[in-house]
Amino acid sequence: MSDKQRNEKDSQWSCAECGVELTLGSVEVQYMGSRYPADLLRCEKCGQVYVPEELANTKMALIEKLLEDK
Amino acid sequence: MASAWALPPKSLKLSRLFFQMDQTDLRELEARCIQECAPWCEASCPIHVEAKSLCVAIAAGKFAEAAKIIRKTIPFPYIISNVCDRPCEDSCKRGQIGGAISIRALEKAALDFSPFEKAKIRPLPARSGRVAIIGGGLSGLTAALELTKKGYKAVIFEASERLGGRLWSYPDSSLPKENIERDFQVIQDLAIAIEFNRSLSTDFSLNDLRCDFQAIYLAIGANPMGDPNLFDFSPSGFSIDPISFGANMDGVFAGGSIRRGDLVHSPITSISDGKRAATSIDRFLQGVSVTASRENEGPYNTRLFTSIEGIELAARVSMKNPATGYPQDEAIKEASRCLRCECLECVKVCEYLATFKGYPKKYIRQIYNNLSIVMGQRHGNKLINSCSLCGLCKEVCPEDLHMGEVCKNARETMVEQGKMPPSAHEFAILDMEFSNGEECSLLRHQPGYDKSKLVFFPGCRLGGASPHNVEKTYEYLTQRLNDGVGLMLRCCGAPADWAGRKDKYSEAIEALRDNWIGMGSPTVITACSSCHLLLRKAIPEMSLVSLWEIIDTHGIPENVGVDLTDVAVALHDPCSSRNEPEVQEAVRNILRQLGISSEELPLNRRFTECCGYGGLMCFANRELSANVIRTRIEYSAKDYVAYCAVCQDHFLSQGKKSFHLLDLIFGVKELDDSLKRPVNYSLIRDRRSFLKKRLLEKFWGETVRAFDESEDVKLHLSPEVRDLIADRLILDDDLKKVIQYAEESGRKLVNKANGHFLAHHTLGNVTFWVEYSRDEDVFAVHNAYSHRMQILEEPKR
Ligand code: SF4
Ligand code: SF4
Ligand code: SF4
Ligand SMILES: [Zn+2]
Repeated sequence: MSDKQRNEKDSQWSCAECGVELTLGSVEVQYMGSRYPADLLRCEKCGQVYVPEELANTKMALIEKLLEDK
Repeated sequence: MASAWALPPKSLKLSRLFFQMDQTDLRELEARCIQECAPWCEASCPIHVEAKSLCVAIAAGKFAEAAKIIRKTIPFPYIISNVCDRPCEDSCKRGQIGGAISIRALEKAALDFSPFEKAKIRPLPARSGRVAIIGGGLSGLTAALELTKKGYKAVIFEASERLGGRLWSYPDSSLPKENIERDFQVIQDLAIAIEFNRSLSTDFSLNDLRCDFQAIYLAIGANPMGDPNLFDFSPSGFSIDPISFGANMDGVFAGGSIRRGDLVHSPITSISDGKRAATSIDRFLQGVSVTASRENEGPYNTRLFTSIEGIELAARVSMKNPATGYPQDEAIKEASRCLRCECLECVKVCEYLATFKGYPKKYIRQIYNNLSIVMGQRHGNKLINSCSLCGLCKEVCPEDLHMGEVCKNARETMVEQGKMPPSAHEFAILDMEFSNGEECSLLRHQPGYDKSKLVFFPGCRLGGASPHNVEKTYEYLTQRLNDGVGLMLRCCGAPADWAGRKDKYSEAIEALRDNWIGMGSPTVITACSSCHLLLRKAIPEMSLVSLWEIIDTHGIPENVGVDLTDVAVALHDPCSSRNEPEVQEAVRNILRQLGISSEELPLNRRFTECCGYGGLMCFANRELSANVIRTRIEYSAKDYVAYCAVCQDHFLSQGKKSFHLLDLIFGVKELDDSLKRPVNYSLIRDRRSFLKKRLLEKFWGETVRAFDESEDVKLHLSPEVRDLIADRLILDDDLKKVIQYAEESGRKLVNKANGHFLAHHTLGNVTFWVEYSRDEDVFAVHNAYSHRMQILEEPKR
């Protein structure tokens, strides 16, 4: 999938609760006792985030592994 | 979005690890691995020339590199490469299969085909200490050179008018005079003082020298005349220490032919003696022990093991022109015959050991560091958690080293230190707890009995693979055996043991033991070799018998009515059966009773391989586990038969048609291709709880209260999605919980294009995402994924 296609696909999600489009915002993530900020699409109104499949399976998985091996 | 997902900052706080595993134990284990021991050539060379590296370099055509290797160790390379008495060749491993490598001829070739280089020696800053060297032969010159390098002032006393002693008596054809001159140039370059025509006892006495010199090295060659006046003392009282070469006179050392007598002329030993004497003299002058830690000086027996099995015979490459030695092409050919001796027996048979590109000695050091130092190495955890603990390494290791034990101990230490990443084994532990929970576990005497002489323990994976086979087997056992065969459904606790979770492990074992004692301590019939192995270790007083021995003894079930004589399979022994030859034999007998012809795999019985599940390898290192399975299934084109449910599942998961022995015993000889699927833990769980209900109903006539279906979330998954989520270790139960949460809370995303919902929810340590749509009361799942990293959402409600 190209970046463009992916972006299009990602932008198709909106918050079902608030009916609001998702926008990019800074969110804190935490694993193995380390915290740091990350940019994610989220509902500005209620804070509900969106983690795309691709992000979970690649970057997040990689960072998890790195933190586990520290 | 990418930029914010950079790798974690370096400044992450790392807590100090405290090392609980006994350090000396690890050190001992590390010392046991002989992979780094010297090959025979090097060990038997008195100065330990690295002949293996020499061969490697020449085989690659790198003659200059080869020359460097020689110059590093041999002080007079142009002489030695012609006249060495080559003890290395006598012990060369290649000697057993075609003839020793012509190491000396290769040394000569290395020098012949690389440019002449003067020895480059830069002495250390001058130190106090004058040493008299008596005798300007190879031994004396070597000592003079070594001591000069160390900064001492050496003076050579030579009885004749030139250096080299009997080197000059070689014919030019074996040692050209210019080689001697080339090699001795360095003595002149270093301006080492030489007094020619000065011989001991005629021109001076040892006592004379002892006034001027703090140490003396006697390297005068053998005493040809047996001249009693050679020494200022009675020669019968003259003795030489075999380690330090120290004579029984303070500051006097002796080596070379004088030490060995005239009969053994050995130029290389003379050089070795010179080096060793120089070491002693240096230590003597510094006032430290001359005998401490001097192992492996001079020739010694190496501990190395190198297998020559399967290596083809190859004779020495003969020289077209012996007078000039090997030309380049011949040298390359000869060097290529070198076996490059090393052990690696375990690495050859273990994919895990091979993947990390080292060998146990190295790994144990890494593990040691991983457990003891502040910052873990990047691959330490993975290394520790990837081993299948199968013990094949120990079977093939000449030193009986068991990497699995090292890894398991390390896991226990990591758990105790709180450094075990939960992702490694959590899924398997939860699965074990599910097996031992209300939904699956069961304990009963045989119907109509109030005690059990025997109890059938199928293990959690057999029930999870085929409830049908468990049912049939229990039926068989109750019919064939008298005195009551009870039933115990639960997990033995192996996952907790493998994960290093001593707490969970002893919990599981204690519960099992209580159950067993409650039944009157019956003999336990196991269907799974891993249960068998674990119970034997955990509850030594438990009497155990394998289901396969029972079936072998009592005969296969009758009236199955299926002709199996056309079935041809290859038999896989589970790794946990490795040390159970009787069980392995029973399985073969059963196959014979069934009329099935079965092929043996190359690594079988004691040397069988793990299927990639042992030690929870498949959870900690999925890629490796898949590789292990793929290698294993390629040994034979025949369908496999396994007698462990996990082995069968694993082979199927990579597309290999595989039976469980019970399939064949109960007459199933066709396997549907649809079984070739990723291992599906949802299915496994469903089958386990089904098994309990089914057996209670069938044998004890108890109906289990049906699960309240109305409360249940009904799922629909296409086969593709089913495989995908099975592969991602996501359970149906997880999907249901996420959907239920989303539907009740309303917290979900919606897709404008197709109306799908996407919801996430954290269960335990894992956050699951489920994409679904709803059709009345059925939820169609389109995708699911998970991560362990927590997102700290701030709901602004
Ligand atoms: S085969 Fe090669 S490495 Fe082995 S002993 Fe001989 S020269 Fe040395
Ligand atoms: S226990 Fe098995 S997997 Fe582990 S190192 Fe030994 S042979 Fe390899
Ligand atoms: S078999 Fe493996 S562990 Fe044993 S000595 Fe050889 S390399 Fe070392
Ligand atoms: Zn919202």
